[in-house]
Amino acid sequence: MKMRKVAIVGAGLTKFVRRALETPKELSYEATKTALDSCGLRLEDIDCVAHGTAPDAFDGIHQNGEYMVDGCGGWNKPTMRVYVGGATGVHAIVHGWHHVASGMFDTCLVVCEEKMSSAMPHAQGFFLTIFDAITERALHPNLLWIFALEMNRYMNRYGYTKEDMALAAVNNKMNGLKHPASQFRDEVTVEDVLNSEIMAYPVSRLDVSPVSDGAAAVVLAAEPVARRITDKPVWIEGVGWTLDTAYWATRDLYYPRYLDTAARMAYDMAGIREPAKQINIAEPYDPFDYKALHHMEGLQLSPRGKTVELLRDGHFARDGNLPMCPSGGLLGVGNPIAAAGTMKVCELFWQLRGEADERQVPGNPRLGVAQAWGDLMQVSSVVVVGI
Amino acid sequence: MSKRVAIVGIGYAGFRTTSSDISYREMIFEAATKCYEDAGGIHPHDIDSFVASSEDFMEGISIADEYVPDQLGAVLKPVQSIAGDSLQGLASAVMQIKTGKLNVVATSAFSKVSNLSHYENVEAYATDPVYVRPFQEHPAYLAGLEMNRYLYESGTTREQCAAVVVKNKYNALDNPRAAYGAKISIDDILGAPDLSSPLGIHDASGHLDGAVVLLLATEEKALRMTDKPIWIKGIGWGTDTPNLDSRLEGFGAAIYARLAAKQAYAMAGITAPYSELDIAEVDDTFSYKQLQHLEALNICGPGEAGKLLELGCFDAAGDLPVNISGGSLGVGYLHEANGLHRVLETALQLRGEAGKKQLPDVETGLAFAWRGIPTATGTAVILGRRP
Repeated sequence: MKMRKVAIVGAGLTKFVRRALETPKELSYEATKTALDSCGLRLEDIDCVAHGTAPDAFDGIHQNGEYMVDGCGGWNKPTMRVYVGGATGVHAIVHGWHHVASGMFDTCLVVCEEKMSSAMPHAQGFFLTIFDAITERALHPNLLWIFALEMNRYMNRYGYTKEDMALAAVNNKMNGLKHPASQFRDEVTVEDVLNSEIMAYPVSRLDVSPVSDGAAAVVLAAEPVARRITDKPVWIEGVGWTLDTAYWATRDLYYPRYLDTAARMAYDMAGIREPAKQINIAEPYDPFDYKALHHMEGLQLSPRGKTVELLRDGHFARDGNLPMCPSGGLLGVGNPIAAAGTMKVCELFWQLRGEADERQVPGNPRLGVAQAWGDLMQVSSVVVVGI
Repeated sequence: MSKRVAIVGIGYAGFRTTSSDISYREMIFEAATKCYEDAGGIHPHDIDSFVASSEDFMEGISIADEYVPDQLGAVLKPVQSIAGDSLQGLASAVMQIKTGKLNVVATSAFSKVSNLSHYENVEAYATDPVYVRPFQEHPAYLAGLEMNRYLYESGTTREQCAAVVVKNKYNALDNPRAAYGAKISIDDILGAPDLSSPLGIHDASGHLDGAVVLLLATEEKALRMTDKPIWIKGIGWGTDTPNLDSRLEGFGAAIYARLAAKQAYAMAGITAPYSELDIAEVDDTFSYKQLQHLEALNICGPGEAGKLLELGCFDAAGDLPVNISGGSLGVGYLHEANGLHRVLETALQLRGEAGKKQLPDVETGLAFAWRGIPTATGTAVILGRRP
């Protein structure tokens, strides 16, 4: 059956900040309004709302999707919240694509929000309750702890050093300095990363993205409607998503097989046979520096174990063959969890339209991929967009 | 409609007031196994995608999505969670199939509310943290206020609400899944203590543990997998503002039900629901909600539901049998699994497999679910024996 073509026609972001004065609803409102204004639409023109936030615990609200409805313009409309942990931000686009590609709606507003600063003393505390209540929680693991295991395994498998990983952090953080929504202002060097405080070896503080507040939104439209709204629609060419087993300790962590499956699903849909050659921009999910590289391999954009070499050769720089995280990613812009994934899709939207200002990737990029990752190191969502 | 969608497999487990001998994941495994058997013994490898519906606070797990795949046989498959009633999860599954990219999609939901010692404390976390929660009242008072407003606006009487309880609890007596069946009189109900006046303790449904898994497929697949497909002819969902004081038509109107029904009826081509439907399973979390929802669903005019009920129109032998299963008041309240439970009961009637409860000549049915206080979200689905 022929698929209904769906385009992104507008995008909006709030600034990503450490402590926003705005409430979660107000952050959502700002991103929603900016996205609608960017394509000259009003809420009345929107048929449905697909939104996402990560754990309810951050806002401290049960059935948080209901509470957020005002801010994201979902009242008196069909509104549905989707949820796949950290992968929610990109997955919400997939969720929105379901709405429009199904033929049930012509326009869909996708909104993601996260306000992590309300968590006291630290947002990481909320992640203590994501673990299996019987087999894991008794060990008091936290996210840094399990990602340290994964980082260690990845480095060990290919003989990578902490300096190799720090290069990815510097690539993304330096890109992020040019992003108007970024919460950072300072340049970062490899030495800075290596000298930063160890959180859980081998993870140091600057290997990790920050705690952030923010929201992001995009507007989706079906083909004929999209062409009426804008001369420069950015088409959703392929989507993919996969969840692996909850028993993360039974998996070999050096390779993200969940992403392998999700990426292949998206590329198949987009008719992409050689992603490393065909994709012009990659926005892999980078809450940790090693994850950016790990995910480039899972996305089939870099041969396993060769990613650091390519990084050192400038292959992934803004002016390289395959720019990685030209937005700055989570390391460079900030990590309001669900909103961070959507921010990556916003970046591709602006890059492919040639509207990324100082961040613009040279050479008229035509095809980009964004990815997010979450849960117990087990889920990935992938969106391929093109012009 | 771009593509017809049918329910090809039905499985359920639990339906007990407490289930200390089995975990929620084991309960879902049982329901999923029965569902796949029912669908002609399909192996989960042959299922394209999975949708679960859940809320973190009900499970005591942040990011409950992590624990979805294993018991469904969905490891390394496309899986997502909808943070909403399971009828919204069903809607997501329907949209996925209608994109033309996925052919067979499973959807699951469960309630393990017996794990909670004080459900009302979780429910209180769904109320507005600034304007409502500080009152520190039992959240049922919101239902008491709304009931009062509904009775005032519609002219419905307290006795008519009690008659809903009498009918549904009586209907439940022959339903093997029901935990709250009873022969109870209007006087018993009116003479019982108040939960929050005018809402009595018998006007509220009791909690239940249970899991439901349904398998959906395209027309082409469905006809090969089963000789008794149940067609999803229409589906719609809607949300009003979460702010109690700014709902457009006040507290007594269930705008969400009207929006959901409008979309579902339009898709199914239904213009006169009262005469075109043969059966309806309509939310009855509280007695008055059943009447309020019947009116909002355009099954009868404003203020008419109570009168039609008294005339016996909604009885098994009436014009439109409503909640012949016993509904939430008779079977029990399954939280986010309520929606799939209503579909389960309707689909069994359409298949002619409702046992002692079986009605003659059931061709078309409606299932409608609401998410409970303090939410304003509802989903309606039209099911048919013929496409």
